[in-house]
Amino acid sequence: MKQKTDVPQGTLALMVLRTLDVLGPQHGYGIARRIEQISGDLLAVNQGTLYPVLLRLEQEGAVASDWGASENNRRARFYRLTQAGRKQLQAETRNWEQTTALVTRFFEVKAEDLQ
Amino acid sequence: MKYLRRFLARLTNFITGRQSDQRLREEMEEHITLQTAENLRAGMSAVEARRQAILRFGGVGTIREEYHAEQGLPFFENLIQDLRFALRMLAKSPAFAAIAILTMALGIGATTAIFSLVNATLLHPLRYPHPEELVRIEDDLPGAGVTDAGISIPEWKDLQRSGIFQYVGLQIFGSVNLTGAGQPSRVQYEGVSPGYFAMLGVKPELGHTFDPQDQTPGFTLEVVIADGLWKRGFGSDPHIVGRSLRGDNDLYRVIGVMPPGFHDPGRTVGERNTELWAATGFSGDPAPPPNRSLRVPLETVGRLKPGLTVAAAQSQLDALVASLRKQFPDDYPADSKWTVRLVPLKENVVGNVRQPLILLLGAVALVLLIGCVNVANLLLARASARSREMAVRQALGAARKRLVRQLLTESLLLSLLGGVAGLVILFCMKGFLLRLIPESMPRLNDLSINWTVMVFALAASIAAGVIFGLAPAKQAGRLNLANTLRVEGRGSKGSTEQTRTRRVLVVTEFALSLVLMVAAGLLLRSFWDLYKAPLGFNPQHVMSVQLWLPSPNDPKTDIYGTAAQEAVFARELLRRSRLLPGVQEAALGSEPSIPLHHDRNRSALIVEGRQTQSKQTPLVERSQVAPEYFHLLEIPLLRGRLFNDRDDENAPLVAVINQAMAETYWRGEDPLGKRLKLGRGRAGVGQRASKTWIMIVGVVADARTESLANASVPQIYLSLYQETPKELAIFLRGDLNASAIPEEVRAMVQSVDPELPVYGAQTLDDAVSASLEQRRFSMDIVGAFAVTALLLAALGIYGVISYIVSERTRDIGIRLALGAQRGKIMAMVLRQGLGLAMAGAALGLVGSVIVSHLMAGLLYGVSPTDLLTFVGVTLVLTAVALAACYVPARRAMRVDPLVALRYE
Repeated sequence: MKQKTDVPQGTLALMVLRTLDVLGPQHGYGIARRIEQISGDLLAVNQGTLYPVLLRLEQEGAVASDWGASENNRRARFYRLTQAGRKQLQAETRNWEQTTALVTRFFEVKAEDLQ
Repeated sequence: MKYLRRFLARLTNFITGRQSDQRLREEMEEHITLQTAENLRAGMSAVEARRQAILRFGGVGTIREEYHAEQGLPFFENLIQDLRFALRMLAKSPAFAAIAILTMALGIGATTAIFSLVNATLLHPLRYPHPEELVRIEDDLPGAGVTDAGISIPEWKDLQRSGIFQYVGLQIFGSVNLTGAGQPSRVQYEGVSPGYFAMLGVKPELGHTFDPQDQTPGFTLEVVIADGLWKRGFGSDPHIVGRSLRGDNDLYRVIGVMPPGFHDPGRTVGERNTELWAATGFSGDPAPPPNRSLRVPLETVGRLKPGLTVAAAQSQLDALVASLRKQFPDDYPADSKWTVRLVPLKENVVGNVRQPLILLLGAVALVLLIGCVNVANLLLARASARSREMAVRQALGAARKRLVRQLLTESLLLSLLGGVAGLVILFCMKGFLLRLIPESMPRLNDLSINWTVMVFALAASIAAGVIFGLAPAKQAGRLNLANTLRVEGRGSKGSTEQTRTRRVLVVTEFALSLVLMVAAGLLLRSFWDLYKAPLGFNPQHVMSVQLWLPSPNDPKTDIYGTAAQEAVFARELLRRSRLLPGVQEAALGSEPSIPLHHDRNRSALIVEGRQTQSKQTPLVERSQVAPEYFHLLEIPLLRGRLFNDRDDENAPLVAVINQAMAETYWRGEDPLGKRLKLGRGRAGVGQRASKTWIMIVGVVADARTESLANASVPQIYLSLYQETPKELAIFLRGDLNASAIPEEVRAMVQSVDPELPVYGAQTLDDAVSASLEQRRFSMDIVGAFAVTALLLAALGIYGVISYIVSERTRDIGIRLALGAQRGKIMAMVLRQGLGLAMAGAALGLVGSVIVSHLMAGLLYGVSPTDLLTFVGVTLVLTAVALAACYVPARRAMRVDPLVALRYE
């Protein structure tokens, strides 16, 4: 059984926030598809694991949700980024960039650089 | 911030119970519909499209669980669920629940009771602000072999100026005749330096305390009184401030009333119950003129500068002492090696009860532990009955972690219920328990079940629950599913592992009980030795009654000022005492002459012709007695003569010493005819003795009049008619009515002088047993704990052996069927029990040796490795173990082979 831990904890939340930031309000299915598309199906996420993450983000106040009509006019729950969510995304993006930059530097380093 | 929001959202859901699936289900439905639609577009068949959509969505069960966990607070939800289940389980087996809860209630109740005592005495003995800054200052003269030698007034001023202390207070304890408030009464009084209350940092409930800047050399004629005296003597008069009272015939003005619960930091009960404080500069009448080499028997207490540790203060003080010794070489001869020592006031107050209290706490903790082991045993027995339930639940998919958690919840519930029951018992028995505690325990009055104690009880309950819950929980975690289910199907019970755990528990129990019993045994032997120790005097049919002659600040108004004046009074008192009903003999003495009276009255000793110690001299216990004293107490004369009626104020001063003093100061010499001088005692007593030589005329045998535990305290007796004391004791021997004597003596004394208070009537038998009080208290309690432990251990071994027997019924049946003798079967079972008891005893003996050495300071006349105690206790323990095993052993012997085999 594939566990959602295949995606590091917190990364999925970041992806959700980023998706909402780029695409504006989306329903759950939309978010899941977007993440799959962007990751090139590399991330084998059980789509359903998205929903506990969405609930958590909502309880934290990073996203808000409302019922709305989907493209084929069905009732669906739409999620959108809140002000707090935007701030959180910015902060986490910065964090992420710093971390990757740091790790990258370690990968690039060669023995002679340390002489 | 976001964590808080998340938590609040979850909490709201948890409290309102909003746990609806509705939203998730709708979203799921929507999600799958959309995915199916897309799959259809990709060209799948309708059925396949939906199947693929559902597959991609993932495990609905897991997702739903995660969603739920996110929605509420799973920890608490599980807890509530577990608690409900645990309550149902307990209700289903009420006998088990009752036994377990009762065991825990007793264990936790007793532990909490002892802890509340420790909390009030050891942990919070001082109820003053910043108690850690308060220190007792003691002067030692190691060269002269004297500790706590008193302080001289110039030294006190040096300490004040040293910059080490915020303030240094002096105290002198005594009694005062209080008149002007109902019956003349004797009140515990204390002379203090003016800044004393400001130093302690306690404000009065009425009026004010002394002005710290006061420079009066003698008494200020202002007094502060205790709340108790205010209520008792003045009917809680709200206008008490400004009223006058007479203390030893001097007129004092009341300026303040201390709040209820205020206690003076003293060493003895009497000192702590001081009710009247007067301020003095200790430099004018009646104190002697200040002189650097004149040590006065005062207590010194100081408050360190804020932030200064005792160690740092001590090193600054050492430097000060060194420079003073250099500056005044005549007053501080090198051979006396004068030093000043700081002792935290807390240590000083609780010093002598620390060891017994820690012993009690240790003992009660052992009882609690044994109780835990017993409950663990019970739980294990139950766990074997429930192993099938556990196995089934695991087979149905319950996580082991969850099962362990549930079992721990059950144990914690048991122990918490036990803890609550224990506290309830404690509250109900509070009055009874308080009466058990010896009066000499410091801070008795503040004993209460407060928050600290409650938190302790809670912590003890949780700890106990975890301890006894661990074994069964661990076992449930290790359950072998297939085996259990299969074995259970056959109807057999338990596992070898379980039996092993239970054996280990029983061995532990026996080891712990043995430690407790050895401790109790050693205390009992000490107590018995002390009880049986030859006293050296005969307390039977003797009573002592005290009175206090006033000692006004102005010597001219003192009607008992000279020895001649007082001698007349004393002789009259003796004459009338002999006329009291039942009295055959009467004698008089000073207060310190009362056997086992905890009152120090040490005087500096100067022996003629010995210059070695110069001005810094050793101290001896000194008391004054009338000629009849030795005969009345049956203390035999060894050499020379006793006092007689001609040893009065006109005759040369004479003294009688005890054997111990003769050996200490005149080893190998004849002390008779030797001459000495004594320094002034407290309250100006002993004027003549410090001026003229005193000749030793007799040596009496040692008697344990100072301390039951120490037979050879050097003592010197002076003639009462030559050195008249202010604190008098009347001794009566005969066929006395102990309840009538106090009133008869009061009437008799007040017929001579109606202003005199009479108090402290006691039989000497009571005095002797009172001085054993603390030891008796420790012994009784440790003894009770040991018996409890033994009973619990017996129950434990009974349970295990019964269990083993029932488990082996079939085995025994086969043996019997094959012709084994019944006696052998019984012996086999008993051997098993004995083996457990022996293993426990062996472990316990090792523990006992450690514990008994730790408590060596509490023992008297018995070695910490007393063979008799160790062997005796081991035998008792073995006997109890055998008795407890006898019942199941008999059951084993009577197994009917037919029934046993058919049953299987």
